[in-house]
Amino acid sequence: MSMTDGPTPLPEAAAAQAAADREAVTAGPGSSVTPEKRGRPGVFGAWGERWNALSRQQQWAFLIVVVILAYMLPLINPPIITTEPGNNFALACFDMARFALIAVGLNVVVGYAGLLDLGYVAFFAVGSYCAAMLTSPDSPFLHIPYLWTIPIAMTVTMFFGVVLGVPTLRLRGDYLAIVTLGFGEIVRILATIIPAMKGQVGFQNVGHPPGTEADGTPIFSNSNGVPWYWLTLSIIIVITLLVGNLERSRVGRAWIAIREDEDAAEIMGVPTFKYKVWAFAIGAAIGGLSGALFAGQVGFVNNQKFDVTTSILFLAAVVLGGAGNKVGAILGGALVSYIPLRFTAVAEYKYLIFGIALVLIMIFRSQGLLPARQRLLAYGRTAYQRVTQKDSTGPSSAGTPPAAGPGQDQNREKGVQA
Amino acid sequence: MLPLLVQLPPMENDWISFDVPSLMQNFWSATFDGLTFGAIYALVALGYTLVYGVLNLINFAHSEVFIVGCYAVFFTLSGLGFGPSAPRLDFWSIVLNLVLALVVAMVASALTAFVLERVAYRPLRKRNAPRLVFLITAIGASFTIQYLIYLWRGPSPELAVTMFRPTPIFDVFGTIVDSQQLVIIIAAVIMMVGTERFIRKSRTGRGIRAVAQDPDTATLMGVNKERIIITTFLIGGVLAGAAALFYVMKIPSGVQYSGGFVLGIKAFAAAVLGGIGNVRGALLGGLLLGLIGNYGQILLGNSQWTDVVAFVILVLVLLLRPQGILGTSLGRSKA
Repeated sequence: MSMTDGPTPLPEAAAAQAAADREAVTAGPGSSVTPEKRGRPGVFGAWGERWNALSRQQQWAFLIVVVILAYMLPLINPPIITTEPGNNFALACFDMARFALIAVGLNVVVGYAGLLDLGYVAFFAVGSYCAAMLTSPDSPFLHIPYLWTIPIAMTVTMFFGVVLGVPTLRLRGDYLAIVTLGFGEIVRILATIIPAMKGQVGFQNVGHPPGTEADGTPIFSNSNGVPWYWLTLSIIIVITLLVGNLERSRVGRAWIAIREDEDAAEIMGVPTFKYKVWAFAIGAAIGGLSGALFAGQVGFVNNQKFDVTTSILFLAAVVLGGAGNKVGAILGGALVSYIPLRFTAVAEYKYLIFGIALVLIMIFRSQGLLPARQRLLAYGRTAYQRVTQKDSTGPSSAGTPPAAGPGQDQNREKGVQA
Repeated sequence: MLPLLVQLPPMENDWISFDVPSLMQNFWSATFDGLTFGAIYALVALGYTLVYGVLNLINFAHSEVFIVGCYAVFFTLSGLGFGPSAPRLDFWSIVLNLVLALVVAMVASALTAFVLERVAYRPLRKRNAPRLVFLITAIGASFTIQYLIYLWRGPSPELAVTMFRPTPIFDVFGTIVDSQQLVIIIAAVIMMVGTERFIRKSRTGRGIRAVAQDPDTATLMGVNKERIIITTFLIGGVLAGAAALFYVMKIPSGVQYSGGFVLGIKAFAAAVLGGIGNVRGALLGGLLLGLIGNYGQILLGNSQWTDVVAFVILVLVLLLRPQGILGTSLGRSKA
């Protein structure tokens, strides 16, 4: 999804990740690097090949169409896709966008750095409470305009991410999983037993962005999903671009090195602890951001909305879409939200469905719907083209010096793959 | 115990208050209660520790193995006609009922653990999947079992089943120790010691330690790794079943679909506190966590603080002494 020039030295390579995003070809262990010989391409693999064959301009044009369609979605309200009459489609769109944003954030932690965060809902909750406690008339604290609470929520959740991450990330990843799981539950309990957080009573009339319609009603009202959806979608695009740039930078390469083999990365001089804390903190900040948006849209925050089970839904979104793939995360997030809203008959079973889905995906297709690419992170497009042009030369041509480091992961399994 | 703090009045604060006099007053009863809970945590913690020692995997679904045991106890006892009020029974029929419930719970839990291992973990192990895949599968399996129970039994807790009314046995420092606490603590400690002996002395136990040390070499030496892994899961399941019985005895109305989750986190915290992979550590960690949690609850004046205290301890242990108090791994414990 990335559409900007990242800070990579080769201009033509810089924006190439969108191409590579769709490349979506999984290599089996030890398979050759040349695209022709890569392992099973999967359902979307063929699309990826075709996508890469397009020129840069064509890709841009296609992406712009997709983005415009995405913006128009609640207005078009397409007949079969729509969630009505069961659920208001614009609000459903907002919910999908919210899940997609959360999935993008969680994808940084789980997909890139390979850290299992099972309490992501806690960051979401912290973000929601930040927005609520700083805007709701029910709260005794300082009141500020809603839009200011978004950066504050992000900062506060980032702080929590660091506080949780520093003790646990020095250790093996398993501890992080259980500590985050505990944290998810603790935030909910604290919201219940600390009087200032008002437990089940909660905070009413959480603020919303400014602006009113001609008749005086606020644009960003609780019942009108469209502006909220547009706001969230815009944020998703911005965040995806930023995350995409990070992914292609030194930081992203460090994350993927850590995910693939932490010991090897450490030996190669990657400060693994630092980058793990960064991944965790950035993921937390995005969770806080989505929490603040959610609080604004719903307009009411109490302790009932942040079960740990919701965290598992978030994880299911990332895993379903394909951990390590931004587009996959967005797709997975939207699907996890969409399925119970569209098929209201199965809504009751959603936890069971996604629980079983988690197990089945892990056993049978651990790369998810859109697999993360096994690719060169820097100079991606140039390298890709060189490889496709002279496929006889194989890995050596792909291994131009700057690309050599991350290029190694082509031969290796991705963290969530088997 | 803390003469300095006694003079302080209970601090009134916005969100947290320390009720020191109440802790002083209830110190001994909190201790015995804490030890009872600690024994339950310890039994569940053993399941985490054993699987972790052998497979290096946090078995998130172990909390569900435990809750299945709780339901087994509930159905057995309500099938036998027990209800919220304890009937008057003579000593031997109480024992008989307890043993029956214990066996059913152990079988149910062990069966759950067995199915879990076969369905969820074994395919992954065959494929040599990365660790993250195991963890996600574990949490997915836990989630699945939890919501299967939810769809079957609904969100509200089951009716209480009480087997016998706790009778005072003796008193210590003016606090009465009742028969229930005594039964739970003694039975749990016997089971823990039995497990420890089994792992140290028996042939299978030697196999477990060998696989924990080095699975490949153990296989070369003729240890059947798959059988050892299944045995480990079964032992964990049996102990979780026992813990389930004691839990239902202690909290008769605590059988609920989500009941295993928080207890699982606390049991894991206990395992980490004592040193994960260490059988004695699980006992020590469980008892300590039970005590600290109970003191914290009385000190802070709300039962939900127990969970918070347990969590804070987990984070502190990871921060200060990640290998736990006793710190040795399963494989290294002496034969």
